[in-house]
Amino acid sequence: MLSSGETYQNPQDAMTALIHPDAPVDRIGAEAPFRAMKRVRSLSDRSIAWLFVTPTIALLLAINIFPLVWMIRLSFTSLNLSMSYLPLRFVGLDNYADILSDDDIWIRLQTTAQFVIATVALEVLVGFGLALLINRQFRSHSFWTTIILLPMMLSPAVVGNFWTLLFQPQIGPFNYVVGLFTGIAPSSFSMTGEVALAPWTIVLVDTWMWAPYVMLICLAGLRSIPDYIYEAAEVDRASPWRQFWSITLPMVMPFLMLAVLFRAIENFKMFDMVNLLTSGGPGSTTELISITLKRAAFEKWRTGYSSALAIILFVTVFGAANIYVKALNRVKQR
Amino acid sequence: MSGDHAIGTGRLLRWFRRGPWEGAAMTLIAAGIVMLVQPWSIDLYGYSFVTILAGTLGFVIVSHFPE
Repeated sequence: MLSSGETYQNPQDAMTALIHPDAPVDRIGAEAPFRAMKRVRSLSDRSIAWLFVTPTIALLLAINIFPLVWMIRLSFTSLNLSMSYLPLRFVGLDNYADILSDDDIWIRLQTTAQFVIATVALEVLVGFGLALLINRQFRSHSFWTTIILLPMMLSPAVVGNFWTLLFQPQIGPFNYVVGLFTGIAPSSFSMTGEVALAPWTIVLVDTWMWAPYVMLICLAGLRSIPDYIYEAAEVDRASPWRQFWSITLPMVMPFLMLAVLFRAIENFKMFDMVNLLTSGGPGSTTELISITLKRAAFEKWRTGYSSALAIILFVTVFGAANIYVKALNRVKQR
Repeated sequence: MSGDHAIGTGRLLRWFRRGPWEGAAMTLIAAGIVMLVQPWSIDLYGYSFVTILAGTLGFVIVSHFPE
């Protein structure tokens, strides 16, 4: 037996003491782990839930909430990281006033809106069309679904890099194919280097990448329409065109709205792919607001100003996300 | 007295229903976003952030109203 206050060297001794009370091992030490277990058991379900959730909350506070609060604080200062030796000066709402009266930022926001409208419209057209085709359940439709979904699974960095290669005027196959059909010399134009073509280039690549996502959502909507509605429409001698306008489109509409909202929010924040494809050029033709933000923060080092711009974009996306969540709940209730 | 109180509470509940207020907040957010990106008036652009902020904060508040 061990004397009072001493514990067992290993848990096996404690177990032996419990199973064979007469065995020459100490029982006081054996009770220690069981006491701890008993204490855990005495906790309420709510306390145990908090015990598990607390590390996640702490992590979220550290990596999400704290930087956000810090950024809000910086947005009211004149901090410039290239002159960080200067004392931090509180400027109130000056940064916000500067941004909201700046013609350049206004034009960049318009460019972003044009990009969002063009990509979302094309993605919805192509995605919905593909969904209607795939929904016909033809032979090997699963194989084609997988092939169509491939671009969506790639990283935007990879997509940006390989489309840059495809668009090369001298060696890129894109110009060669365009030349083959139109007779224009392949090296006579550059998709990413010309003012008239560059905006359409980023729209084309984004549509190529994200139309499959819209297709997937539309497919879910199409599969949720019960067959008996179409059967009833056929009994009433409704034409396929009439069935599309009166049954398919209204019933897929909530899903379509969901896809539109999600893609609009994502494209409003678009940075990586456009930065790799055109870097905002030629000039500032394809400079989206996220690229302007990056330039203000990490090229001009205007930290206070760029923090204010980031807060404006954050509030805009947060507001749009509220509408998105509301639309999502409506689709769920269907 | 308690009857009057119940009527008053009922009126309050009817006034502070979530649905219409959420609709109004979402309209404000959407209007703010349109003001932010429209190409016609820089004055509208100047007031866009305040509009979006009011809509978003309003949405957060009214989403706690009863159904």
